Amino acid sequence: MRLQQAAGSGSIERRQMGRLVDRSLKWLLFASGITLVVLFILFIIILFSEAGESIREFGWKFIFGSDWNPVTHQYGALPFIYGTIVSSIIAIFIASIVGVAAAVFLTQLAPNWLAGPVLFLIELLAAIPSVVFGLWGIFELAPFLRTDVQPFLQKYLGFLPLFQGPMYGVGMLTAGLILAMMILPTITSIARDVILTVPSEQKEAAFALGATKWEMIRLAILPYSWSGILGGMMLGLGRALGETMAVTMVIGNRPEIAASLFAPSYSMASVIANEFTEATASIHLSALTEIGLLLFAVTFVLYMFARLLIRRVVRVQGGRA
Amino acid sequence: MNSVDIDDVQKKIQVEKINLFYGQNQALYDIDLQVKPNTVAALIGPSGCGKSTFLRTLNRMNDLIEGVTITGNVYVDGENIYEPNTDIVFLRKRVGMVFQRPNPFPMSVYDNIAYGPRIHGIKKKAVLDEIVEKSLIQAVLWDEVKDRLHKSAMSLSGGQQQRLCIGRLLAVEPDVVLMDEPTSALDPISTLKIEELTQSLKERYTIIIVTHNMQQAARISDETFFFLNGYLIESGDTDRIFTAPKDPRTEDYITGRFG
Repeated sequence: MRLQQAAGSGSIERRQMGRLVDRSLKWLLFASGITLVVLFILFIIILFSEAGESIREFGWKFIFGSDWNPVTHQYGALPFIYGTIVSSIIAIFIASIVGVAAAVFLTQLAPNWLAGPVLFLIELLAAIPSVVFGLWGIFELAPFLRTDVQPFLQKYLGFLPLFQGPMYGVGMLTAGLILAMMILPTITSIARDVILTVPSEQKEAAFALGATKWEMIRLAILPYSWSGILGGMMLGLGRALGETMAVTMVIGNRPEIAASLFAPSYSMASVIANEFTEATASIHLSALTEIGLLLFAVTFVLYMFARLLIRRVVRVQGGRA
Repeated sequence: MNSVDIDDVQKKIQVEKINLFYGQNQALYDIDLQVKPNTVAALIGPSGCGKSTFLRTLNRMNDLIEGVTITGNVYVDGENIYEPNTDIVFLRKRVGMVFQRPNPFPMSVYDNIAYGPRIHGIKKKAVLDEIVEKSLIQAVLWDEVKDRLHKSAMSLSGGQQQRLCIGRLLAVEPDVVLMDEPTSALDPISTLKIEELTQSLKERYTIIIVTHNMQQAARISDETFFFLNGYLIESGDTDRIFTAPKDPRTEDYITGRFG
């Protein structure tokens, strides 16, 4: 009897204790969730208030103006917006093709003894610090592009405005290529994970109809994993848009909009990094903050656009899949 | 037809001494059997007896699994499909397969059926339209889906999806249809429809079906092959196997003493 009582009271204690832990855990989780929201809002408010002076002074001219001269206090951010978007598009274009192809190779064609090490190396790329990519870009990639790749492109594709003009080595193309290498691991490993989730029944169904390996990949694997692969591309794009160090080192840092990919350019993140320490005038600081705000907006818009795209793809595939 | 031996016509599929290993483990032992054209052959046996594995040797689907080694010969229309120079893609077009769970592609009903003909080079829309209609009629699905050919195949019911998979297979005009427990994931009515379908299909195709369900084997097959632990124990006329099995193990299985 006494034993039972003891056990009973113990369990009441434990229940109270449990309830306390339960409740505090709930608050803790709630607070963590709220922190994210608060940080986001604070971030926006501070960006807006810091950028206020520049917003009031230049209005829309800030976004559409292409003259950037801190000495005369002329601030137009269009060249930076252009540089960021174009270099990221080059990166996402190249990295998507190579990354998805590599993922297909790793999952469908490579024997196990090869797939493991190759995947490891690709993921190791992600561990290389940005500044190291930048150094390599300046000392190896840029000279190589200038002496070998760019003359070749100009010779055979020179009729396109993209490949005209003087070749500096550093510039938009180099920045895009460096970015492509930096986001390649993200795209490859996500595409690989997604492709691995394709049910083997799908593959077998294709083979059972007399599909070749390539037909199986094109018609059973890619449609099934397309939305996930797009998601991976978006993560890569996000990184490319915000990447600062490596881009700053190879893009050429000249705020101009040129049709040629050989020409030097400038990105939003780079101009902030380059000029922040030297900005003494408050309007200059404010303009740089507004660029930060714009970078945020550009990322946000592209991200929403990507979300819509993914939803569309999923809807086209349709049904319960 | 003139040059073909009468014997070969009587044997759509002939299997000689097939042994199959998963790594070190042997899964099939010296399987010998023949299947006549335009019949339904049922492979029965308890789980893990090797019947599905055996079925997959007939269109070399086991090639896709790593670590599988196979010895022996399988002749389809007198041609050894384990010859090194066999065109596996062409083999799988001739010997098609329906799987345990319906596996339509995540695309429209129409595209599912047109998939096979398209990869084999048919591009003209009129021809494809005709193939799609013909295949769906053969698969007894046409009336149910003719108004939603361009809706996703994933929106069909399980039974419809399985008939779609059969239709998708028929669209590439195989000779032999392998079915790996095609009704195990379906409700009784869908099962009945698939069973009726096998009966109408055997006029044009040779069907080999793996089934867990002995009543199903008895209802739809002409010949039955009983597998146990990787051995083919007994084979013969379905009626004979179910009424007068020779081997005591067969009798134990079909009377429900194990399995």
